[in-house]
Amino acid sequence: MRATFAIQKFNPEIDARPHLEEYRLDVAWRGNTVLDALFQIKHQLDGSLTFRASCRSAICGSCPMVINGRERLACQTLIADEIDRSGRIEVKPLRQLRVVKDLVVEMDPFWSKVNAITPWLTPKREAAFVRHARGEIGEVMIPQNVHQTFYNVDACILCGACVSACNSLDVSPGFLGPAALAKAYRFVADPREGERRERLERLTREDGIWDCVRCNFCVEVCPKDVQPMEAIIRLRREAIREGLTDHPGATHITAFMDIVRREGRLNEARMPLAMVWPNLFRMLKILPLGLKMFVKGKVPSFFQRPIKGIREIRRLFRLRETFK
Amino acid sequence: MKYALFTGCAAKGACPELYQSAVKVAQILGIELEELKSAACCGAGVMKEGDPDLSLAINARTFAQAEEKGLPVMTICGTCQGVLSSANKNLKEDVPTRERINAMLAPDGIAYRGTTEVKHLLWVLIQDVGLDKLRHAVKRSLAGLRVAPFYGCYILRPSKDLGFDDPNDPTSLEKLITALGGERIDYSGRIKCCGFPLILEKESMALAMGGGNTAEAKREGADCMVTPCPLCHMSLDIYQERAERQLGERLDMPIFHLPQLVGLALGLSEKDLGLSHHLVSVDAALRKLGPQT
Ligand code: SF4
Ligand code: SF4
Ligand code: FES
Repeated sequence: MRATFAIQKFNPEIDARPHLEEYRLDVAWRGNTVLDALFQIKHQLDGSLTFRASCRSAICGSCPMVINGRERLACQTLIADEIDRSGRIEVKPLRQLRVVKDLVVEMDPFWSKVNAITPWLTPKREAAFVRHARGEIGEVMIPQNVHQTFYNVDACILCGACVSACNSLDVSPGFLGPAALAKAYRFVADPREGERRERLERLTREDGIWDCVRCNFCVEVCPKDVQPMEAIIRLRREAIREGLTDHPGATHITAFMDIVRREGRLNEARMPLAMVWPNLFRMLKILPLGLKMFVKGKVPSFFQRPIKGIREIRRLFRLRETFK
Repeated sequence: MKYALFTGCAAKGACPELYQSAVKVAQILGIELEELKSAACCGAGVMKEGDPDLSLAINARTFAQAEEKGLPVMTICGTCQGVLSSANKNLKEDVPTRERINAMLAPDGIAYRGTTEVKHLLWVLIQDVGLDKLRHAVKRSLAGLRVAPFYGCYILRPSKDLGFDDPNDPTSLEKLITALGGERIDYSGRIKCCGFPLILEKESMALAMGGGNTAEAKREGADCMVTPCPLCHMSLDIYQERAERQLGERLDMPIFHLPQLVGLALGLSEKDLGLSHHLVSVDAALRKLGPQT
């Protein structure tokens, strides 16, 4: 199979800006990966081509790149699949991170965000160790069913694909981002953790869990099915349970649910108001847009009739409250 | 072709023009609709944040209503479609979950057996109506109109739950635009996020997303944008002026709901399509169209 690869090249010492370079090569086997091809190009066509790789089997997390528009591990992406789907293969470095050379990006900002969430357990001593009958100290292990409540976040190989794809990071570079927040969830959920509340307090500050726009990009691109967004959603739920509700993000959820409980559907007139109530300054701020919408017939009645069968909805809400 | 219509909240609230145009377009194309009048809000991904089982139960109730009628569900909102697709897949494939949720619903005599299909209008147009029929139904070709498709997140992702378009390279809106005679604009923002979920909480980030994607469409030469999601529509239309102020850049970009664009090509009037409800005037785009035949 003969295939054309368009690969982004950039040497900051020589080039003013990145450019795509085309390489044509014979791919010996349908099972070859994009990483195989990169090695082949480096050995046969262009020794200057620079990329990171190590394990070649989707374990080390070194080789994420943007392949045909989406973040993927080069060692996990079959050339044949890409050719079948797109007819060509275009390879670019990860987004959101500075390019060092060709396909290699600066990972330091990624690591500093992972470090910022304290990626280790901080247990109270008695929660982490047990003294056995014969006197020696042992570790407290958590049982399988508790480990399952971490979902898949331990499977993260810290590749950074999710961070590259994140819509929130794209507009707010300080955002902690999907990988770090997924990891943060793992420690909040650990029953041995001693600083759960402190963690949640930190995570609900600026650049934390409430800045995720729930776009699902991280879920889509993660090669290990970590589903970072779902971890962020669980962190939000934990924060609300912990009483950390003094945040527009938390108000958004509680106000939304309250309106659905009363009426069965959302009321777009009341929702923004519930968000700013009772802050007069913020109420005045949303007023001009509200008026414009009103003129265009876009503000529904404040007092819409509940849907038919609202009693069923209210009963479900009551049922769940008894669980809490 | 008969469906149980799940309108979603936006089409009954801030986007009455979506409801109105969808119903008119369905009528012309022979899509019979029976509205699910007692269906509740899908939860928009927000209820799931608060309580996942509650959100599932409310959606199972909706699926059961359609199941009883023996009809597949049609949505007209990308966000509803995403939330309902995920919930439905969960309820269909995970039997213990379905039983747990049905137990919550049992006191009201409701049980979901897991047989309801849920489709967005966009999919119905492509799969069931078909592009050929659509092409023949065109009364006022969109020739000369450069349309930028804007999918929004939920109709594409997570793709394992949606399973219609390729989330990285979707084609359904493009095919539709071309079938209606329009010219499609290609730009990277077409699959990105409109920012809506953050609009009440962190407006600056939301505007940077919505406004940024609109600005890109404009740079690529778009006369207008079209979206299958009313939340994207609100973000791109209602908040456009604020995005302009934040970006320091004029956008003047008319935003159409999917059935409005289809309706235009089918010869429906501005009034039928509720175009006067928009905050950004669509006149510039209409002037590009030829006279009605
Ligand atoms: S969450 Fe997934 S995509 Fe993100 S760093 Fe971990 S393995 Fe990579
Ligand atoms: S869902 Fe949230 S964390 Fe994941 S990519 Fe989107 S904005 Fe980023
Ligand atoms: S080389 Fe290790 S993950 Fe690809």
